[in-house]
Amino acid sequence: MSRHLLSAGDLSSDEAIAILDAAKQMHAIQTREVKKLPPLRGRTIVNLFFEDSTRTRSSFEIAGKWLSADVINVSAKGSSMSKGESLRDTVLTVAALGVDALVVRHNASGAVQRIAGWVSCPVINAGDGTHEHPTQALLDAYSLRERLGDLTDRHVVIVGDITHSRVARSNVLLLTTLGARVTLVAPPTLLPAGVGAWECATSWDLDAVLTGKAAGDVDAVMMLRVQRERMGGGLPGGARDPGGVFVPTEREYAIGYGLSPARLDLLAEHAPILHPGPMNRGLEISSVAADSARSMVLDQVQAGVAVRMAVLYRMLAGVDAPALAEASA
Amino acid sequence: MSVLLRGVAPLGGPAVDVLLEGGVIAEIGASLAAPADAEVIDAAGLVLLPGFVDLHTHLREPGREDAETIATGSAAAALGGFTAVHAMANTDPIADTAEMVEQVYRLGQLAGLVDVRPVGAVSRGLAGERLAEIGNMARSAAAVRVFSDDGHCVHDALLMRRALEYLKPFDAVLAQHAQDPRLAGEGSCAHEGEVSGRLGLPGWPAVAEESIVARDVMLTEHTGSRLHVCHVSTAGSVEVIRWAKARGIAVSAEVTPHHLLLTCDLLAGYDPIYKVNPPLRPAEDVAALQAGLADGTIDAVATDHAPHAAHDKDHAFGDAAFGMLGLQTAIGVVAETMVATGLLDWAGVADRMSVRPAAIGRVGGHGRPIEVGEPANLTLVDPAGSYLVDVDTLASRSRNTPFAGRTFPAAVVATFLRGRPTVLDAALVEVVPA
Repeated sequence: MSRHLLSAGDLSSDEAIAILDAAKQMHAIQTREVKKLPPLRGRTIVNLFFEDSTRTRSSFEIAGKWLSADVINVSAKGSSMSKGESLRDTVLTVAALGVDALVVRHNASGAVQRIAGWVSCPVINAGDGTHEHPTQALLDAYSLRERLGDLTDRHVVIVGDITHSRVARSNVLLLTTLGARVTLVAPPTLLPAGVGAWECATSWDLDAVLTGKAAGDVDAVMMLRVQRERMGGGLPGGARDPGGVFVPTEREYAIGYGLSPARLDLLAEHAPILHPGPMNRGLEISSVAADSARSMVLDQVQAGVAVRMAVLYRMLAGVDAPALAEASA
Repeated sequence: MSVLLRGVAPLGGPAVDVLLEGGVIAEIGASLAAPADAEVIDAAGLVLLPGFVDLHTHLREPGREDAETIATGSAAAALGGFTAVHAMANTDPIADTAEMVEQVYRLGQLAGLVDVRPVGAVSRGLAGERLAEIGNMARSAAAVRVFSDDGHCVHDALLMRRALEYLKPFDAVLAQHAQDPRLAGEGSCAHEGEVSGRLGLPGWPAVAEESIVARDVMLTEHTGSRLHVCHVSTAGSVEVIRWAKARGIAVSAEVTPHHLLLTCDLLAGYDPIYKVNPPLRPAEDVAALQAGLADGTIDAVATDHAPHAAHDKDHAFGDAAFGMLGLQTAIGVVAETMVATGLLDWAGVADRMSVRPAAIGRVGGHGRPIEVGEPANLTLVDPAGSYLVDVDTLASRSRNTPFAGRTFPAAVVATFLRGRPTVLDAALVEVVPA
């Protein structure tokens, strides 16, 4: 495993599986009454978040704390540009506090890669703009493997705003590394430029994909959150959406691309439903789907902590560190 | 003072001696006698070109003197072989009045290394809403002939029409930064294509430039005015301009050195050193730009020299400032992309870097033939030399060049402004205040 975790594409199949296997051990610990383990005692991890986040930040925080690291949350939203400070100065200031690892989220694509070039400690990408979110892809892969086992030749369908989704980019990279087939489904306005060159299929027609070439062709469906401000070309207060019109109305999106009860029925019995959250119930996912037995939404949240523990453990204690069962013995 | 260039090749042609005296080319011939006070330069193997004229330079003064001043930018220009530069209007305050452009003009004269020709804003405050005082700027001591809202597109079709009409009595040209602000909005920073899609960078599609170029050539035809398209970056724009010229529309165009050489693949590392506006494009566009410059569809190479303090680039790609340095590396890039490839000979370089830009900007005394009696605004280039880009010794106050450590073929040996050397042996000649 390289020094940083910046892109899901940096992981080989063996490395990814090693993380997922380590996460399995971590997951077992989550069910214990006393969850805290000692291996990162004395280490300091800073969650440096330039963009609001509750889910990812708290997931990394719990992961670090259960490994006994000292976890500090630094909310740097607006602190850099608005104060006239360069990103480099902001980051070097935080790093100078004495940090063993930085977990960074930033609203600009590539910001975390830049930061990794400036600091000497390991950096974990917790989401950079519309680029990548590698630990999300790892937790999704973990969840899928829990239900489906080996992902080789499994067909995963990802539906939603692909253009603006870091989750989709990381998932395409990791799932293909793990041998799965991926189909991205979205209206043309929400598929990124050049997606034809990606290692996946694309479609504008969710029903055609779910019906599939054969029964059971689809092994899993991942619904992405769509931003309401991209619907209808309007912002609250009647202002024109600066980002442009992507979809006429929420209603039309839900009809075309929402996981309705009818579409749920098209899915094979074994196929789970994933969603990175937070969900827009009634928009991209119906409550029937969200609350069904196939829904893995809460499993994904649990897997997130386990996967992040595994990543932190391997990056800070080293890939050659003893398996956790031994380390905690 | 006089200068005798021995054995120099004007425009790369046969070697002759050229005597510069009294600010003009005094004599051309074989084995000229050197006047007693003459500085004799052995120019065997060197090419003599009319001094380069840059239609597109950001000198940052007034407002951002930490990034560049008119004096430091002039020095960079002279070292790059330029004898005249056009200083863009997006300073702080903005150059949208006669008083502002005269101030820039006078600071240029004071620096004394190149003729600084101020560009006036088209619209007040570059806001794209109301016309700036174009007439007053044209009639001022700065005699502005190029108007541009560069950095912003004059996107309102009616304002564009009125501006084109209004500047006709002044024999001026409107230099358009072609970027539809709805198709390529504020955050747009990477060519929309496979690279932007993979990197998740907001796309700046080719059509955002091409649709404005297409609209503007039609408005230019309708108004019978004169249009110059700044930093053309796409194959489609080249096609539209080629068509417009064939139709007889008075349109000219420029391309930057970086768009002739670099592609958007370089964005993969998210280094904002490669962040320019318009963005770097794919290799097919680069090839079309080179071909367009070679066949004359694109008239000029213009640097879009855009100095930035380091702290304005020490951000995420999307948050960093647009632009890179250009003055000291322009001829090197042109030599590599156009001369070494056989697309242009040295006479062609003279045409695209001096003759045509001087004509577009109505810059008197520059871009003239190398003939007796012509003003001695000249550049001496070593076509077999090489130029290693050493960022520590750049004349610019800023360091934002992607070419640090890179070696280009051809090097500027000397530059003459009205017969006076501003650069000799590739080093600046100190200006002695009169």
